[in-house]
Amino acid sequence: MSTESAPAPQSGVAEDVKQGQRVAVSALTTNLREYGLIIALIVIMLFFQYTTSGTLFKPVNLSNLVQQNSFIIVMALGMLLVIVAGYIDLSVGSVAGFIGALAAMMMVIWPLGIFSNPLVVSVVCLIVGALIGAAQGYWIAYHKIPSFIVTLAGMLIFRGICQALLGGGSSVGPLPDSFKALSSGFIPDVIGPLTLIPPTVNAAGKTIVGSGLTLHMTTVVLGLIAVLAYAYFGFRTRRKRERHGYEAEPFPLFVIKTLVGSALALFLVFQFASYRGLPVVLLVMGVLISLFVFVTKRMTIGRRIYAMGGNAKAAQLSGINTERLTLLVFINMGVLSALGGLIIAARLGQAVPAAGLGSELDVIAAVFIGGASAMGGVGQVIGAVVGGFIMGVMNNGMSIMGVNVDWQQVVKGLVLLGAVIFDVYNKNKA
Amino acid sequence: MASTILEMRDITKTFPGVKALSNVNLSVEEGEIHAIVGENGAGKSTLMKVLSGVYPSGTYDGQIIFRAQECNFKGIHDSEHIGIVIIHQELALVPMLSIAENIFLGNEHASYGVIDWDANEARTAALLKKVGLNEDPKTLITNIGVGKQQLVEIAKALSKEVKLLILDEPTASLSEKDSQALLDLLLEFKRQGMTSILISHKLNEVNRVADKVTVIRDGRTIETLPRKDISEDRIITSMVGRSLDDRYPPREPQIGEVIFEVKNWSVYHPIHAERQVIKNVSLNVRKGEVVGIAGLMGAGRTEFAMSLFGRSYGRHITGEVLLRGKPLDLSSVSKAVENRIAYVTEDRKTYGLNLIDHIKHNVTLANLSGVSSRGVIDDMREMSVANDYRKKTNIRASSVYQLTGNLSGGNQQKVVLSKWLFADPEVLILDEPTRGIDVGAKYEIYTIIARLAAEGKAIIVISSEMPELLGISDRIYVMNEGRIVGEMAASDASQEKIMRAIVRGEGKKAS
Repeated sequence: MSTESAPAPQSGVAEDVKQGQRVAVSALTTNLREYGLIIALIVIMLFFQYTTSGTLFKPVNLSNLVQQNSFIIVMALGMLLVIVAGYIDLSVGSVAGFIGALAAMMMVIWPLGIFSNPLVVSVVCLIVGALIGAAQGYWIAYHKIPSFIVTLAGMLIFRGICQALLGGGSSVGPLPDSFKALSSGFIPDVIGPLTLIPPTVNAAGKTIVGSGLTLHMTTVVLGLIAVLAYAYFGFRTRRKRERHGYEAEPFPLFVIKTLVGSALALFLVFQFASYRGLPVVLLVMGVLISLFVFVTKRMTIGRRIYAMGGNAKAAQLSGINTERLTLLVFINMGVLSALGGLIIAARLGQAVPAAGLGSELDVIAAVFIGGASAMGGVGQVIGAVVGGFIMGVMNNGMSIMGVNVDWQQVVKGLVLLGAVIFDVYNKNKA
Repeated sequence: MASTILEMRDITKTFPGVKALSNVNLSVEEGEIHAIVGENGAGKSTLMKVLSGVYPSGTYDGQIIFRAQECNFKGIHDSEHIGIVIIHQELALVPMLSIAENIFLGNEHASYGVIDWDANEARTAALLKKVGLNEDPKTLITNIGVGKQQLVEIAKALSKEVKLLILDEPTASLSEKDSQALLDLLLEFKRQGMTSILISHKLNEVNRVADKVTVIRDGRTIETLPRKDISEDRIITSMVGRSLDDRYPPREPQIGEVIFEVKNWSVYHPIHAERQVIKNVSLNVRKGEVVGIAGLMGAGRTEFAMSLFGRSYGRHITGEVLLRGKPLDLSSVSKAVENRIAYVTEDRKTYGLNLIDHIKHNVTLANLSGVSSRGVIDDMREMSVANDYRKKTNIRASSVYQLTGNLSGGNQQKVVLSKWLFADPEVLILDEPTRGIDVGAKYEIYTIIARLAAEGKAIIVISSEMPELLGISDRIYVMNEGRIVGEMAASDASQEKIMRAIVRGEGKKAS
């Protein structure tokens, strides 16, 4: 439209300036929408930091926060693909519960000999998760049975099996420590700690816990490497795009984005390093998040999932095997549900019949808060992760504040509704 | 002389970029059956949408006078209120509701929202008797055939105390016997004094029941013929009489050997297993040749093309496909694409594009391996491919990051074309490649087709616009009711000849 009304030569300069401003403004608004979610997370964190008088960002609480919410985020990665593909999976909480029970039985009750080794059990459990995903995905992909119904059935079935396996209302444990490390462990400090401020020693000659400042150096080094890699790859992609003559976001915005991102990351790394280092589960999560970002952004299979969710018929007529793709999406979901189940069991140190109960709703909420469309075809991995953290921070912050659990649910519901309304409003405005 | 019940004066309706109707005049007398004929896209349906208020007053120019009253309809409700009822080509019945529920949908006999089913069913039974349908009012729509569904639609119209009944291609999906019954019913209504407008391109039907025929072409009324002047020849001449000036890019066809061959292709309906949709179709295309498939809507052309392309339509598909004399496996879309066959759909929004994604992702979708290695997409390569095709096919967009849902029809069509060109096909099947796009974009599409033919591709064009087929093809097959009923070189084809082949095909079946 604007290209057709070509500017008269004499007003060319003024037009150029205006054009330039317009580009900057539009880049800012589109980026605001993109980063709105991250900004929302930061605002929410600052809010709770204030209302909990600084408890939220305490190193020990940050570790707790990660350990409490990691399974939601792990499952949200799978759920994102399911929802982008145009489906839904209601069974993830029950599958997680069932896998936790299976793992506990294998490690504690059943006489399996060396097969009760936590590593073997974990691998078996992930395979079982894949089989569950395949069983559900088969009906959805090849018999066109609505995913809502198939996974609703799955939700009932696997919760039932979980409870039956644990023999009614009892819990099974304790689980071996090496298994519990998956959730509550920290990475070993292979470099060795660095004491910046020696801890205070009291009159009895004992050190006071929490005093002084000792850094977990492996965490610091890993954090620095990650931040440098983030900045380096950001610059490199940008340069490559410029070399090919494609429009990139304005340079100042890019610098601000990189600096703010790095500063935040370094702050968190510092907080973790001053406690016991990087939680194992955070490392697992970080690897998975990077993997799924790569798959959705750069790989053909990711692209095909988005195309299928956007228009399944058009995707099929473009040579995409939508049935097999659907099956794969559900197998992936099954594996991640199983991993979620292992993480829950590891954190609790035992398997309980109610493990993961209702967590499918938190997972789905995280994906929708993260901007995915219920119609399929739209959604980002980072969005789902941030959505998961928003839910997690609210849980954590409100618990510290002493907000009643009932009201916590009301607030979470309102946030979910608000986030989606905000999204729809933005889309209609665009 | 009977009085005039409806008069439409100087109706002009423009869509962005297209003038669909220009100064159309129509005058219908009380108690007659008035047929409106014209090619697909001539503007018949648009005219009826203006009349029924689908396009509300104010979005068109001109006057509608119904029973000496000037009408300004704001919606369908207004027109139905004064007795103008239109029955669309695609029936608007709810399949899982009963006949009675459908007839009184939105109009139930009820007090305080509580439906009086006995009253509804009694009235339904009376209406069904009027249209000669012997069914229980409680029968579900899904359990009766299309012909009977059509009668239910008519009964529904009667329930609204219709003064003017408009039927848009009512027999398009009916069997010969059902069609005859429907036409008899129309004649019966006429005897009872009802006025109807019949839109049809089956000229034998028009010939049989119409008192007057108005011919529309290119959004204009050409003439209105009284009963005594109605003849197929006369109507055909009037329907197609247009000059084929330079609306098509010039080309010098260089036609080589036969590349693509289909032999004895038969397909059955995916749901109604006993209905054979494609009957023993054989055809061939040469290198550098543009082959047209002419026919009316519902002739089975799209079904034929989609059943070829990875068996995307129908079942019990039999027949043989040869590429350069070798049998070809087209059992899935990906195999068809691998074997360098491409099918550009007639319905780009439903089957062609991911409307919520941008141009770049749509262009590469059918050939992702062309921009990736070991499953990882090279963003820069994809970008240059998208920009390349954007230039080649002249897609007008702010950038390749524009969502395809925000593009005009013509530009959307170019994106779909780009997608298939990037898949590098040897045989390209284009289904209604210019449907719903403006004249300028049409010319661009024709230019692309000509260029592809010059590059030595084999091209099949399915089109309901006969001038278009005559303008761009080298050879034309005529298809009707799932059969090839004619084949002619474009040089000695004409619209009359094509029409005759179709009408003769139908005539044969009727006798």
